[in-house]
Amino acid sequence: MAYPENFRYTKEHEWVLDEAGTATIGITEHAQSELGDIVYVDLPKVGDKITQGASFGSVESVKAVSDIFAPCTGEVVAINDSLTSAPEKLNQEPHTGGWLVKVKLSAPEEIGKLLTAADYQQYIGA
Amino acid sequence: MIRKTRQHLVQNEGLLFEQSSPGKKAYQLPALDVPEVNPEEALAGQTRDGIEGFPEVSEVEAIRHFTRLSTYNYAIDLGMYPLGSCTMKYNPRVNEAVARTEGLAWAHPYAPIEHVQGCLEVIHRLEAYLAEICGMDAVTLQPAAGAHGEWTGIMVIRALLESQGNPRKKILVPDSAHGTNPATAAMCGYEVANIPSNDKGMVDVSALAAAVDGDTAAMMVTNPNTLGVFEEQIHEVARVLHAKGALLYMDGANMNALVGLSRPGDFGVDVMHLNLHKTFSTPHGGGGPGAGPVAVKSHLAPFLPTPRVVLRNGRFELEENLPQSIGKVRAFQGNFGVLVRALAYIMAHGGPGLRKATLDAILNANYIRKHLADHYQIHAEAPSMHECVFSDDKQSPHGIRTGDIAKRLIDYGFHPYTVSFPLIVHGALMIEPTETEGKQEIDLFIDAMKSIAQEVVDDPQLIKSAPHRTRTPKVDEVTAARKPVLRWRP
Repeated sequence: MAYPENFRYTKEHEWVLDEAGTATIGITEHAQSELGDIVYVDLPKVGDKITQGASFGSVESVKAVSDIFAPCTGEVVAINDSLTSAPEKLNQEPHTGGWLVKVKLSAPEEIGKLLTAADYQQYIGA
Repeated sequence: MIRKTRQHLVQNEGLLFEQSSPGKKAYQLPALDVPEVNPEEALAGQTRDGIEGFPEVSEVEAIRHFTRLSTYNYAIDLGMYPLGSCTMKYNPRVNEAVARTEGLAWAHPYAPIEHVQGCLEVIHRLEAYLAEICGMDAVTLQPAAGAHGEWTGIMVIRALLESQGNPRKKILVPDSAHGTNPATAAMCGYEVANIPSNDKGMVDVSALAAAVDGDTAAMMVTNPNTLGVFEEQIHEVARVLHAKGALLYMDGANMNALVGLSRPGDFGVDVMHLNLHKTFSTPHGGGGPGAGPVAVKSHLAPFLPTPRVVLRNGRFELEENLPQSIGKVRAFQGNFGVLVRALAYIMAHGGPGLRKATLDAILNANYIRKHLADHYQIHAEAPSMHECVFSDDKQSPHGIRTGDIAKRLIDYGFHPYTVSFPLIVHGALMIEPTETEGKQEIDLFIDAMKSIAQEVVDDPQLIKSAPHRTRTPKVDEVTAARKPVLRWRP
């Protein structure tokens, strides 16, 4: 699967897309493939603050529960409610319909320092 | 070839609720020989007529129901249970006989101290034996199981640090840790920081040294770690932590590799827990009861849970006046029946016997490792202790993963090994035979694993669709987790 050029990535396998100060966050194709079938997603609430590098939720697969680390700092303005009833979206479309949260960025400059699509693919050996 | 199992008639069995018929009962009471009392009056109306949906069956129906269900199960009494990190060893029947001794089994927790001196001696003596085995100074037997022991141990650390004026902020865990370790740290109000393993599968001491600072409360280490590898630099790990005023906590889940050979207290551990239901051969599985004693060095002893059993002038007493204690963590004296079994196990073996059991456990794991090394990818080159960890790297090119192999192993008459743990191993197969197994059973296991490795090459679909010889065919675990049906009647 392609890793979109307009996303930025973390070594903890999250992606982030900054659109005019509001960022959409998800987990990568590589992450979902390693996790296996995802059965439950634990997300923050709208209004919660998340901090770059800190855990803000978790995904549970048939193998393990894994933390999701914030790629950027900001306030949660939307969560993807559909994942509650359909966590399989994270496996099927991790870069689109399986997005996790949208965040109003408080430090937009953080984004530029994350991995590019090329860097990330090199990092995972794709 | 499958040598250990063959097909066998198994009875179908419905739910007990479905067998219910009004008026059936499994008891018969004698005629009343005391004046009748109206329960509603006696209990001020706090009564009810019945329990909706409560099944009504005869005695033989209840007996058959549960006996049939029990035949669907796999147990250590049926065969090897190589579940890594769980130490599923056999529970000698003598432990059960001792635990059923009238004075121990029927003791009441509110009985006067004079009536339960023997019970208190069991606790006092077991604490002393566990302290000796671990090289520690004081032990509490209250925690109900391993994770509860971890929580108690970290609360004790927190209490010590608070008494020094600063509880500190974070706890370090290696990336190979049991999942309960970071969970415990978080439950006790600490941030968790991961320390990577080096290429030998051990804690990277230079990464540790860089991570430890004045905010570090402790590091939680399992030794041998979850790869079944002894942390060779554990002294150095302790030294680095202690130099910054941080403590070393040891998760005792793998103590079955150390008893009689090496004492955590001697290699720098400040606080640790034991799992009596793993290492000390008490019943395990089905949710317990377990017991997770916590052992500490003397400077942490004042913070242990209250009350403490003390011996004064030849009489056992319960000491409640412990101002620095973190308080009670469990009702009464913990899961006392488990404590009795553990004491019986320790006393029946004696020091040399416990040491022999450890050596046998290590020998068994290494025997398996040696015989499977050509068929499965061994993860760490470092020698194995009581368990060995492979990856499915040789099988995954055929589309077969560790979970598929585990399902096929059921057809061969074995409980699966631990699947996909530790997480740092891609597609882990974690195998712990324990000292329980003799060569015959272990050879059957090795043959089964070799046979499966060949099937992976010859007929991967056979593995993908396993198990085939079980009562229930392959279950859909994903749908069960995503859309669980939690009620008998919707």
